[in-house]
Amino acid sequence: MAAVKDDVVLEDLLRIDGLIKVFDGSVRAVDNVSLTVAKGEIFALLGSSGCGKSTLLRMLAGFETPTAGRIYLSGKDITDLPPYQRPINMMFQSYALFPHLNVWDNVAFGLRRDGMPKDELAERVESMLKLVQLGKFAKRKPHQLSGGQQQRVALARSLAKRPKLLLLDEPLGALDKKLRESTQLELVNIIEQVGVTCVLVTHDQEEAMTMASRIAVMNEGYFLQIGTPDEIYETPNSRLVADFIGNVNIFEGEVVEDEADHVTVRCPECLHYVGHGITGTPGMAVGVALRPEKIHLSREQPDKPHNWCAGDVADIAYFGAHTTYHLTLVTGMTLKVQQPNLTRHSGQGLTWGDRIYAHWSQDAMVVLTQ
Amino acid sequence: MLARLISRFRSVFRGRNAVILVPMLWLFVLSAVPLLIVLNFSFSEMEIASVASIWKWADDALTIKINLGNYLYFGQDPLYFDTYLSSLKFAAITTLWCLALGYPFAYFMARAQAHLRPMLVMLVMLPFWTSFLLRIYAWKTLLVSNGLVNQLLMALGVIHTPLQMMNTPFSLTIGMVYAYLPFMILPLYANLVKLDVRLLEAAADLGASPWKTFWLITVPLSKRGIIAGSMLVFIPAVGEYVIPELLGGPDTLMIGRVLWDEFFSNNDWPMASAVTIVMILLILLPITIFNKYNAESKSEEQA
Ligand SMILES: Nc1ncnc2c1ncn2[C@@H]1O[C@H](COP(=O)(O)OP(=O)(O)OP(=O)(O)O)[C@@H](O)[C@H]1O
Ligand SMILES: [Mg+2]
Repeated sequence: MAAVKDDVVLEDLLRIDGLIKVFDGSVRAVDNVSLTVAKGEIFALLGSSGCGKSTLLRMLAGFETPTAGRIYLSGKDITDLPPYQRPINMMFQSYALFPHLNVWDNVAFGLRRDGMPKDELAERVESMLKLVQLGKFAKRKPHQLSGGQQQRVALARSLAKRPKLLLLDEPLGALDKKLRESTQLELVNIIEQVGVTCVLVTHDQEEAMTMASRIAVMNEGYFLQIGTPDEIYETPNSRLVADFIGNVNIFEGEVVEDEADHVTVRCPECLHYVGHGITGTPGMAVGVALRPEKIHLSREQPDKPHNWCAGDVADIAYFGAHTTYHLTLVTGMTLKVQQPNLTRHSGQGLTWGDRIYAHWSQDAMVVLTQ
Repeated sequence: MLARLISRFRSVFRGRNAVILVPMLWLFVLSAVPLLIVLNFSFSEMEIASVASIWKWADDALTIKINLGNYLYFGQDPLYFDTYLSSLKFAAITTLWCLALGYPFAYFMARAQAHLRPMLVMLVMLPFWTSFLLRIYAWKTLLVSNGLVNQLLMALGVIHTPLQMMNTPFSLTIGMVYAYLPFMILPLYANLVKLDVRLLEAAADLGASPWKTFWLITVPLSKRGIIAGSMLVFIPAVGEYVIPELLGGPDTLMIGRVLWDEFFSNNDWPMASAVTIVMILLILLPITIFNKYNAESKSEEQA
């Protein structure tokens, strides 16, 4: 790293190299993870419960010692630094606000540890409280605040020291759904206003998609895929990722034709003509992922040899903005189809048991080789 | 009017109140009544061999003769004042030592692995399985001139003549701290074990060293445990009789011994009662402070 120029070093704020954490000699909570996070990025670690997200984050904060691997911040190896010497602050899932201190003192806690002069400290705390719109609540104790207000105090406290890196462990986990959605954008606004680089842990894929500039999908301690939200959604690299992010229909089949610009996959349900190439060979078993919102429905049988199938309506779920239909195909597979409700009563008069044809374009699908 | 009174009366004795009634009655009979009797005694005078009653019924008139002589006597004889002071001093020293020894003890118990904790609690309570008196006597055999401690020190060549440890403030303090330490450790442990380790992590994350974290987070948050433990040690220590009697000496005046002397040597019950009442008043002060603090911080904990 030393040979690299300053501005390049700044580009990669955080670099993780082959990080491993083994608990009790056998639980591999984090399994050989490598990653770089650029300055100013909001990076999300996404994965189901117990996949090692918190453990990875806690290693960054310094609460867990890695079994192997190195962590670099601005090119400096911080792996062996204790938490209180790292220029990293964390916002805890439970907020971990100090119950015996009022809001003001909670926010000032970290600044006082740095011995910041009184005037500057007061100014900083005031500006932090203003940033999270809690100026009026400075004298309150944490237990006198609502969940959302506590969350903002926790955010102000972790931003007050102007850390190089901000860690957020399920920052909105304790809020109810409605408050969560509005807070997501507010949180991103504040983070961008401050300009801090941020690693965020969540098991909520929507939260990861709305907040993060890049996402790492984790499973059993390792990364399945790293990419921007739309890369992960539109071109998942495995069945696990496709399944984890959003709703998906996966057809199992085998490659019959493998060309540079397209593949044909035969499945028991239908023949897929996919408009992108893969690295594979004919006869190979693959999955074809098809998102429910990319499927069209019609009463007439489509006039093309592939990319359609027939099914019976088994279930209709009306969500207001869209309706989700569950079609039972001839093989017994359930196909989820999502139709936007562009006009009022646009449900085509479909009802349970109707025979209907589902069709989609050649760019709607992704072939999954893993 | 009467009906309302009756229904009022009934509602007082229904449900919850009826349940509370039993312990209330218990407390009244076993605490309040004896205390009132002692209070009554403290205002009376000693006659030849019995206590004069302060209540007199004669010529259709009830006369109550409140004798403040016992209390006024405190001012005349400095012994009492000195003894109270010395009792408070020894109780305070005992409390401080128990806190200094008990806090780290409780802290490491609370930080021990979860499956070890019940065993550690058992170990703290282990001394209670033998008689208190026996254990204090055991200290006597350890601390006397030809006792184990002196023999050991002499064998090691640290000292050449036996140290006078028995019947000194030293032996008294050791005995008191030894006897009261569990009463400090247990409430402290109960408090510290509930401490959210994430708060300690948050403090470390914000740049506080472990030492700072201890003083800024752990200690303030265990205040209630500290106060509860200190009360449990301080209050009985003020009135302690057995330990000063067995391990104390001429310069370790404790009010418990004065009480004993007044009751059983001087047979001056009114004086002894007055000594008791003043002692209770002295102890009541810290309890009131504790209760006030308790009520305040309780609302804080409901977070
Ligand atoms: N201190 C520990 N000792 C032993 N095992 C642990 C410890 N902490 C975590 N683990 C294990 O490591 C694995 C990963 O845990 P981690 O807390 O990182 O999951 P997570 O992805 O954050 O899950 P969640 O979304 O539920 O918070 C789990 O199997 C967990 O049981
Ligand atoms: Mg977690």
